[in-house]
Amino acid sequence: MVEERVHISEKERFPDRGQKMRRRYTTGIMVIWLRELKRFWRDTPRRIGAFFQPIIYLFLLGTGLQSAFKVFGSGTTVKYVTFMFPGILGMTVLFTSMFSAISILWDREFGFLKEVLVSPVPRSSVAIGKIFGGATTAVMQAAVFMILMFIPSIYGFSLSTLTKAILLLPVAFLLALGLTSLGVAIAARMESFEGFPIVMNFILLPLFFLSGAMFPLQGLPEWLEILTKANPLSYGVDLLRGIALKGVNLSSAQASLAGKIPGEVLSKIPPDVLQKIKASAPQVPKLQSQIYPAWLDVVVMVGFVVVMMAIAVRQFSKQD
Amino acid sequence: MNDNVITVDSLVKSFNGVVAVNDVSFDVSRGEIFGFLGPNGAGKTTTINILCTLLKPDSGRAFVNGYDVLKYKHEVRESIGLVFQDPSLDDRLTGWENLEFHAYVYHIPKTERKRRMIEVLDMVALTDRAHDLVRTYSGGMKRRLEIARGLLHYPHILFLDEPTIGLDPQTRNYIWNYIEDLKKREEITIFLTTHYMEEAEHCERIAIIDRGKIIAMDTPDNLKRMIGGDVIRLKTKDDNRARKEILSLFPQVEMLPDKDTISFKVSKGDEFIPPLIRGLGVEIISINLHRPTLDDVFLKLTGREIREEGMDETASLRFAPFGRPTRR
Repeated sequence: MVEERVHISEKERFPDRGQKMRRRYTTGIMVIWLRELKRFWRDTPRRIGAFFQPIIYLFLLGTGLQSAFKVFGSGTTVKYVTFMFPGILGMTVLFTSMFSAISILWDREFGFLKEVLVSPVPRSSVAIGKIFGGATTAVMQAAVFMILMFIPSIYGFSLSTLTKAILLLPVAFLLALGLTSLGVAIAARMESFEGFPIVMNFILLPLFFLSGAMFPLQGLPEWLEILTKANPLSYGVDLLRGIALKGVNLSSAQASLAGKIPGEVLSKIPPDVLQKIKASAPQVPKLQSQIYPAWLDVVVMVGFVVVMMAIAVRQFSKQD
Repeated sequence: MNDNVITVDSLVKSFNGVVAVNDVSFDVSRGEIFGFLGPNGAGKTTTINILCTLLKPDSGRAFVNGYDVLKYKHEVRESIGLVFQDPSLDDRLTGWENLEFHAYVYHIPKTERKRRMIEVLDMVALTDRAHDLVRTYSGGMKRRLEIARGLLHYPHILFLDEPTIGLDPQTRNYIWNYIEDLKKREEITIFLTTHYMEEAEHCERIAIIDRGKIIAMDTPDNLKRMIGGDVIRLKTKDDNRARKEILSLFPQVEMLPDKDTISFKVSKGDEFIPPLIRGLGVEIISINLHRPTLDDVFLKLTGREIREEGMDETASLRFAPFGRPTRR
């Protein structure tokens, strides 16, 4: 009996199988995405924590490192918080994106993952739903943080700041998609709940420190420069900073050195001595808002999203 | 068309060289309550996981609702409802939201959704708690909600993996009344696993499974008949006279050595007692009928009791606060 039934062709048996699969696919993505949002919204401590963490970084570290930053930039025209803001924005996206994947472990721990895995929706759609859900929450978090942009000492309350904020959102989303995928790829096959934060920090902190979020990626030793170039987050932060610092005057160290000496003193110095002074002064590269071309940033990020998403979906579908 | 809703043919599955399911074959017909009885680690859950497409077998084939579990995963999943051994609810959502999620995932039409959710909630008497977060539910309530959820999409087959484990006797009874009620109202097949003897008694047919192999499969009554009859214990005013009388009246009985009472084996104890009382000329003080239990059957088949080994593992799993079961 069973044998007979198997020999019936697939088309005869399921005339609308393709259509049904597509329907299952879209439902899967939608439902999982909605659930992620709902859970995020309910988890008030997580929301509050995720909101205050970047603020602590921005104000404590930002103010503390202000004087150190003067060596690099002028310090008089651009403030370290202004420079650092896009980096902290990138950090917010990085942390919320990667940690949103922890919900997979949570679901496995409390059994809900089984309900999802045994349901008729394809696993790949579940993974994609998770990724989009995590990325959406990360961008919402970033958007809340971006309200601080309007503070006068950062970018000021103006139309240009609003334009910047609007431009930053899609970049943050692209970055979030790639990073959430990375998180999902790690969490998908992870058995132990305790291991996740350890592995995460092991990956997260180097990504963060090498991204240019805290310091400009200029004048670095070669080995460090190679690492920063290999870090996909660098390109995200680069583009974020390019947008955020557009129109902000970044005067060079040399200019400020010259500006500090009054003109009449300067004219009395013989030209050959002046030459010597200039040569002995530390050669600091001009601070740039964006070190890579914008197209390269976008290409690298899109590539990162595609590759990470493919890995995440594959890892998630493979589990039992 | 054949009326087997589940067909399993020589299923084998091992984990890291340990054979969990060893050449298991059986059929379940439509509308049946079929039970898998065996100690923990016997391969019950592994079999369920293969049938519901969560695990791939090493060899052998299985069909659920006419679909090959390896080829038509999504169709199989749509045909079945599942209640797992361990809770599988989202405890950060309300009961209602858990059902809603399920309704979307199983693509229940919009017009039907709300009606069915109200219906199943009412069935498991959770209507007034529907909008509370699941984390505030008791163990029994969670289990009831899971059963409600498993039925929401009107599955052809409901799989219940140890449906009443860790529940108090009252809730256990409640759930069983409910399952039997459901059986009467709907055209549904129920496949359950258990290591509780009393629970297996509810099944129409049982497969006794031990160390990955099915060692017996029949109705509970037929299985118990394997033991070879019921034991009657009798106390009378004059035991010696009674013994003689019984042997002359019913030559087919098998006397058992017993000093204080008269014990003997008969094939159908319940039908034997009335003629015994009528025929015996000695005054009876007490009469006791012991019918063989499934425990006796398991003991006879394996030489071990089902409970002994079951207990410690289950206990350690239930009480470890974050003990994730590693068994499948």
